[in-house]
Amino acid sequence: MASVLYSPRDPGLKKRDELEDMLEERRRSSDARHALRCYAPAVYKGLAPREVSALRGAVLQSDALQHVIGQVSAECGERRELVQEEAAHLLDEMAHRLRLGTVRFFAYVLSKVFKTLFRSVRVNEEGVQRLQQAIQDHPVVLLPSHRSYMDFLMMSYILYTYDLALPVIAAGMDFMSMKVVGEMLRMSGAFFIRRSFGGDKLYWAVFSEYVKTMLRTGYAPIEFFLEGTRSRTGKSLTPKTGLLNIVMEPFFKGEVFDIHLVPVSISYDRILEESLYARELLGVPKPKETTSGLLKARQILREDYGVMHVYFGHPVSVRSLAQGRVKRSQYNLVPRHIPQRPCLAAQALVGEAAFRLVRLQEQAMVLRPWTLVATLLLQNPDGMDLPVLEEQAAWLRRLALSFGAFLDWPDCKPCREVVGAGLALHKNLARVSGGRVRLAVAETPGVGQTAEELAFDRAVGVLSCASYRNQILHVFIRPALLSVALRTANSSRKDEVYTCFNFLWTVFSNEFILCPGASVQDFEEACYLLGKCCAVQESQQDIVMSEGGHATLAFLRALLDPFLQGYQVVCQYLCKETEENLRENKFVPAARNFALQLILAGTLKCYEALSSDLQKNALAALVQLEAVTKVKVGDQVTLKVNRRAASSLEDMLGGRIPTQKPVHARL
Amino acid sequence: MASNTDISERQRIAARRLRVVAGHLQKCVQGEGAGVSAQACKTETPRSSPAKATSVPKRRQDIMKWNGWGYSDSRFLFNKKGQGEFTGKRYRLSGMILPSLKDWFEATFGTSLQHKTPATPTLNVSAVPPPNLVEPFVEELKVAGVAASHDPEGRVFRSHGHCLHEIFALREGRIGRVPDLVVWPNCHNDVVKIVELACKYNVCLMPYGGGTSVSSALECPLEETRSVVSLDTSQMNRILWIDEKNLTVHVEAGIIGQDLERQLNESGYCTGHEPDSMEFSSLGGWVATRASGMKKNIYGNIEDLVVHIKMVTPRGVIEKSCQGPRMSTGPDIHHFIMGSEGTLGVVTEVTMKIRPLPEYQKYGSIVFPNFQQGVSCLREVARQRCAPASIRLMDNEQFQFGHALKPQVSSIFTSFLDGLKKFYITKFKGFEPHHLCVATLLFEGDREKVLQHEKQVYDIAAKFGGLAAGEDNGQRGYMLTFVIAYLRDLGMDYYVIGESFETSVPWDRVLDLCRNVKERIVRECKERGVQFPPFSTCRVTQTYDAGACVYFYFAFNYRGLADPLHVYERVEHEAREEILANGGSLSHHHGVGKLRKEWMREAVSTVGLGMLQSVKEYVDPNNIFGNRNLL
Repeated sequence: MASVLYSPRDPGLKKRDELEDMLEERRRSSDARHALRCYAPAVYKGLAPREVSALRGAVLQSDALQHVIGQVSAECGERRELVQEEAAHLLDEMAHRLRLGTVRFFAYVLSKVFKTLFRSVRVNEEGVQRLQQAIQDHPVVLLPSHRSYMDFLMMSYILYTYDLALPVIAAGMDFMSMKVVGEMLRMSGAFFIRRSFGGDKLYWAVFSEYVKTMLRTGYAPIEFFLEGTRSRTGKSLTPKTGLLNIVMEPFFKGEVFDIHLVPVSISYDRILEESLYARELLGVPKPKETTSGLLKARQILREDYGVMHVYFGHPVSVRSLAQGRVKRSQYNLVPRHIPQRPCLAAQALVGEAAFRLVRLQEQAMVLRPWTLVATLLLQNPDGMDLPVLEEQAAWLRRLALSFGAFLDWPDCKPCREVVGAGLALHKNLARVSGGRVRLAVAETPGVGQTAEELAFDRAVGVLSCASYRNQILHVFIRPALLSVALRTANSSRKDEVYTCFNFLWTVFSNEFILCPGASVQDFEEACYLLGKCCAVQESQQDIVMSEGGHATLAFLRALLDPFLQGYQVVCQYLCKETEENLRENKFVPAARNFALQLILAGTLKCYEALSSDLQKNALAALVQLEAVTKVKVGDQVTLKVNRRAASSLEDMLGGRIPTQKPVHARL
Repeated sequence: MASNTDISERQRIAARRLRVVAGHLQKCVQGEGAGVSAQACKTETPRSSPAKATSVPKRRQDIMKWNGWGYSDSRFLFNKKGQGEFTGKRYRLSGMILPSLKDWFEATFGTSLQHKTPATPTLNVSAVPPPNLVEPFVEELKVAGVAASHDPEGRVFRSHGHCLHEIFALREGRIGRVPDLVVWPNCHNDVVKIVELACKYNVCLMPYGGGTSVSSALECPLEETRSVVSLDTSQMNRILWIDEKNLTVHVEAGIIGQDLERQLNESGYCTGHEPDSMEFSSLGGWVATRASGMKKNIYGNIEDLVVHIKMVTPRGVIEKSCQGPRMSTGPDIHHFIMGSEGTLGVVTEVTMKIRPLPEYQKYGSIVFPNFQQGVSCLREVARQRCAPASIRLMDNEQFQFGHALKPQVSSIFTSFLDGLKKFYITKFKGFEPHHLCVATLLFEGDREKVLQHEKQVYDIAAKFGGLAAGEDNGQRGYMLTFVIAYLRDLGMDYYVIGESFETSVPWDRVLDLCRNVKERIVRECKERGVQFPPFSTCRVTQTYDAGACVYFYFAFNYRGLADPLHVYERVEHEAREEILANGGSLSHHHGVGKLRKEWMREAVSTVGLGMLQSVKEYVDPNNIFGNRNLL
C-alpha cells in the first residue's frame, strides 16, 4: 500500500481507472424508486451493531471522556455531574442523527437536482469496488477534496447509489445556523464541530472520543476534509492535521488492526460558487449560510455546470504508513484512555501523510481542456486569435500529458471542437468575437462606475478564470519552480540552481502542496520532467536549457509570474507601511488597498495580487522566513516587519539580486 | 487435568462413583466413549510398572521419536479409509477413530491427503559430524565414574528442542551442530565434578532436562568452537525426602513432571504444577525457564512453588541457608536462577511446596456468544479472584478444532443429543456458530466447595451471556493441549507447518492484542505467498489480577512455497513484533532462548540487560555454560 503513497517518479506512468456516468441510470429509471429501493450496504466485518443512542452512551461513559471529565471538574472546582452534563450537551450539539428516511429524501431530491445541474457525474467504479472491500476489512476514513458545498452531498449520494455504507461527516458549525437544512444534514450523517476550540479540553475530549468511538467500532466510514474548508482558489489548501491525528490514533494504540484512508478527488467543470469565491477573495465577505439564502440560490439551477468527476483513490493503509516509523509500544506504559501527546515520529508521520494524501487527491483530479484554455488566456490578457489558441492548447495538452496530468481530453474529437466546447460552457468568463478570444472583462467603466469598481470587476473575471488555471498548477509547479530557478541562478551548476529552486520552494510552500522536507525529491522530479520533455539537458554537474526548450520554460515561468508579482507587491507594501504596530487583521485590507493603488496607477497589471488568499500565503511565507514577526499584545496580534529582509526578499523574487539561502535572507 | 494417575484403586472407584452420582444429579448424560473420569488426557502409566522405575532411559530414542514429538508408539495418522486415528495405548484418545478430523484438516488448510511430505524414516548416522572430544576431560570423567557417550543418535537427540525449524530440519534429515558428548550425572556431586572438569578443560556445558524447549535454547551455538557437552539430568530423578509438617518435598532436579506427580500421589500429595509439557519436561527445566502450570490459580507458578534451589555454577554451588518461607535479604537470589535458561549453571536439587491430593475434581465448560463476552467474563472472574484451578477461553477457530478431535460416537442416542445441544445453542439461544467460543474449566478441592465454586463461576458467566456446556467439552479442551504437539507431526506429513507461542498482557489490551496478532498472521502469510489462509487462533489460558496469558496457534499449508521455513520464521517474527506493539510481553513461560534474544534489550532496558550480563560475567566468566541463551 505504501507504494501508492510514494508514487513512482514518473507520474505519467500511473494507470488510472475508467470513469462511468452514474446519472445515466437515474435518467432512465424512477427517482422515487431509487430513493425507496432496498438499501443494504456491506459493513465492517468487526462491526458491533449499535444504535445511535447506544453510541451516545458509549462515548459519554468511555474511560477517556470520564478521565477528562474528572480532570476538568477537579481543575475548575465544578461538580462532576455538572461537567458530565456539559459533556452530554456538547455531544448533543455535535452528534449526527443518521436516519435512512432522510437519506432517502435526499436521494430523491438530489437525483432531481444533480440531473438538472450536471450533464453527467462520472465516477470510477473500480474505486467504488475497492472502497466497498475496504469498508468490510477495516475502518475507513474518506478524505474528499473540497471545492464546493456540493462535495459532501455528492459523496453521500454516490455511496447511497452504489449501496455502500453511508459516511458520517465532520462539518463546520456554520451550517448549524441554517435551521431546517442543518437538521436535515444532521439526519443525513453530518456532525458539527466548532471551528476553533483550541483551549477547551472538554470539547476536545468529547469530539475526539466521538470520532474514535465511531471509527473503532466500524460504525460508519468517517468523512472529513483534509483541507479544512472549501478552497476558493481551485488550488488544494495546506492540509490540517487535527482530525487526521484523531483518526490515526486508534491504530497507534492498537485499538484497531488497521485504518484505511481513502482520498477522493472531486472535480467540477464549473464550480457553482465560481464568482462568489472571486468576490470573497477580493474582500466581499462570505454570505452567512441561511436557509432563505439557499432558496435564493435557486437560480443556480438554471445554469449548465457540465460534467462532475469523482475519483475514489486507492485506500492508503495507516499500518503501512507507520511501518518502521512509529513505535506503537510507546503506549504500553500508560493506560490508553489517558490522553498522551503523540511522539514526534507520529506527529511527523501524520503531517507527512496529510500532505501526501492531498497530493494524491490532486493527482486524481480530472482536468478538463478548459483549464488549459484558461491558463493560456490568462497569460495573454490582450486576447488570442482562435487558431493560435487552439494550436497552443494542443501543445499544452501534450506537455501536460507528458507531466502526468489526468487530462480528460477526448481523443476522437478535433482540437477545435474541444476548445470550443470549453469556451461555450464558460461563456461568462471568455468571449469570442471576430475570431479572437479574450477574457470577458469590462474595458471601460459602465455608467456610474468608478475606476475602482471597474478594477474590481476585472479582478473578479481574472480570479474566476485563475481558479481554473489553478486546478492544473499542481502538474506544472515543480518544473515551473525549476524554470524560474534556471533563469535566476548565476550559473548552470546544479547546486546553484538547486539553491534558487529551494528558495522559491520555501517561499511558495504555503501556496502550493509541497511536502515538507521533500525539496530535493521535488527538484529531482522537476529535472526529470523537464528533461523528459526535452526542455533541459542534465549532465553530472550542470543543468542547462536545451535548444528547443525555450517555449516550454517561458510558459512555465509565466505560470508562476502572478505569484512572484503578488508576493513582491506584499513585500513592497510591508516595506512602505509606516504604521509601527500593524494589526494582523488589518493586513489583508491594507495590502489589497496598496495593490489596488498600484493597479489604478497603471504600474501593476497583475490583478491576482488583489487576492486575499495570495496575500495571506505571502504573509505566512514572510513569517516563516522571519522577515515578519508576529507579536501578541493582549488579544491583538501585531506584525513587526524587518524592512531590510522584506525588501531583499522582494528583490530576490524579482530576480534582481541573486538568491541567497533563505536562512541568510533574514539579514 | 486429572489427578495425575494411580490414585489407589479404591480411591479411583470411589471417585468414579461420585462422579456418576453427580452426573445423575445434573441429569447430564455422558457419552459412552467420552470422558467419564477426570483423569484422561495425558499418559496413563501402566499400572504394573514399579513406582520407582525410571521413565526416562538414557537412550531416550528407544521410546521417543527422534524427529517428532513424544512417544514413538503414539502418533496421528489418516488410515486407509481416510479417517483420523491416534495410535498407541497411552492416551485416552489412543486407538480411537476421529471421523471429523479429515474434513476439518482439509477445509482448514486447503490440503489434500494425496499430497504427502513424509519424514526421513531413520537417522542417517553418517551425516552426524564426528565428535570433537577433549580426551583428558573424557578420561577424568570416566575416573570419576560419570556415565558418558558420544553415540551419534544420542547426540542428535540432544541437539534440539521442539521449535518448528528444528523438527522440520530433522524430518528432512538435515543435521546441524550437535553436542560432542552426552554425560549423565547421577547426583549433585556428579554435577559438581563435571562442572569442575569443564572449567579445567574449558569445555562448553549445555544442561539438558526434558528437551521440550520451544525457544531454540538447546541449539548448539554455531560459533562455539569448543567441545560441547550435553549434561543430561534425567538420571537425577529421586525424591529425596518429603516433609509432611512443612508440606515440602526435596527432589533431584532431573525428575520429569509426570513421575514427580505420580510418586507424590502415592503418598497422597501433589505439587499441582502441571505445565502442558509435564509428560516430558523436568523440574530443573521449569526452574531454569520460569515455567507456569495449568493449575497455577490454586498452586502458583514455579516461582511461587519453589522454596529452595541448589545450583552448581563455575564459581561453586549457590543456595540459601534456610528454608524460610519468605526473606528480606536483598534481591532474591532465586530470581537470578529462575529464568537463567542454563546460562549460569545446573539446577541439581529443589525443595518445593506440596499439597494434599484434592478430594474432588470436576471439568466444566461455558459457551459464550462471542470472544469479547468470554474475555469480559474471565476478567470478572479474575476481579472477584474466584478463578477455578484452570480457566481457559478458546476462540471460535480453536473451538471448531476441538470438535474435529471428537472421537466416533458409538450410540445414535449420543449423536442425537449432540444435535439437540447444537440446536439449542445456535437456534434457540441465537449464538452465531462462527462467533461462539468456549471456556473450559477445571475445579479442584473438596466436593462441597467445588460445587459452590462452580455455581459462583457459572453465575458470573451467565451475566456475560455464557451457557454451561457440560464436562465433556471441558475435558476435550484440555486434551487438546496434550495432543497438539502430536498433531503438528501429522500436519507436517501433509505440507502443513505450525507452531504455538504465548504472551502475557494487561486485561484492557487482551481483545485488541488477540485480534491484531491473529490478523497480522493472516496478512503476513498472504503477503509472503502462502496460498491458503492460515489457521490463526488463540486462547486465553491464564488469568491474573492485572492481566492474562494468551496462547496462539498458527499453522499453514506451505505447498507452492520455495522456502517454507523462511516464510514461517518471518511470520512468527512479525507476530511477535505485533505482540510487543500491542503491549504484550516477550514471553509468559516459554522463555527467551535464542529465538527471542533480539528483543531482550527492548524488553528489559539496556540497564536491565547489563545487570543480567554482569551476573553472568561474575558467575561464569569463561562462558562454560555457553548455550548463549537469553543474553
